[in-house]
Amino acid sequence: MWVYEKKLQYPVKIKNCNPRLAKYIITQYGGPDGELAASLRYLSQRYSMPCEVAKATLNDIGTEELAHLEIVGTIVYQLTKGVPAKILEKEGLGGYFADHDRGIYPVNGDGVPFTAAYIGVKGDPIADLTEDLAAEQKARATYEGLINMTDDPDVIDPLRFLREREVVHFQRFGEALRIVQEKLNERPFYVKKPEYAEISPASNVSPAEKTNPYSNVSPAQQKK
Amino acid sequence: MYDAREKMLKELMALEFMEIELNLYLNTHPYDQQAFMIFRNTAEQAKMLRDNYERMYGPITASASNSFPWPWIESPWPWEA
Repeated sequence: MWVYEKKLQYPVKIKNCNPRLAKYIITQYGGPDGELAASLRYLSQRYSMPCEVAKATLNDIGTEELAHLEIVGTIVYQLTKGVPAKILEKEGLGGYFADHDRGIYPVNGDGVPFTAAYIGVKGDPIADLTEDLAAEQKARATYEGLINMTDDPDVIDPLRFLREREVVHFQRFGEALRIVQEKLNERPFYVKKPEYAEISPASNVSPAEKTNPYSNVSPAQQKK
Repeated sequence: MYDAREKMLKELMALEFMEIELNLYLNTHPYDQQAFMIFRNTAEQAKMLRDNYERMYGPITASASNSFPWPWIESPWPWEA
């Protein structure tokens, strides 16, 4: 479960409003490579991971992404705080303002709302961890794009922090992937032998069919 | 405006960030003793600073609420400048 700490992971103190910039930065809140997608992806993938290193890594990075979600929301909030409606409209936030006023709603830079289609949870550890590597790179690239769109140091500072975290997460996921691959390649002992490996070429019926395929215990153990 | 509370909170942010960073590293390097020692040191420093901060400025977690009326609801919340 989660405990909330009443502080940001990194300080955000923006002195100058900039609604146009906020419109773009919100993509890291509700967009395809944003923090909501990241946290939901990792926290959803962790359940079906086969080894402790992967579970812990997904759990803890997923949790950190929630803290980043909060930072992005804060940036957008501070960039639009107190800006009159007519200025928001002039700066391109008219559609967003009509539906959300100054609320923070998960959309991308074009106002397209968040969808679970942004995340993959394949239940296969190699596929999932590989997706996570890509996700971190996409997030990193997005932060670079956002940083390149502004000169305001108050905004660049937290964005740069978030970008650096993506680089570190990429490193951690790489390590987790390697460890999972090593574990799956271990011979001859499987935690649970994958079903495709159980078909015996010498018989018409796979060994898996002779035992309960829904058991959490390996067929070898069921036969005892 | 830069006040004493903000300064202490920033120190706490830095220490707790270090804690998380080491936490993630240890998840994939569970046998790294040196990293573990640094983690323990950092965690203890962070705990002391957090207790200090909470005594002076109020709870960082709801369960640390230790005064009346209920202090947890008080501003500033983290997204406020």
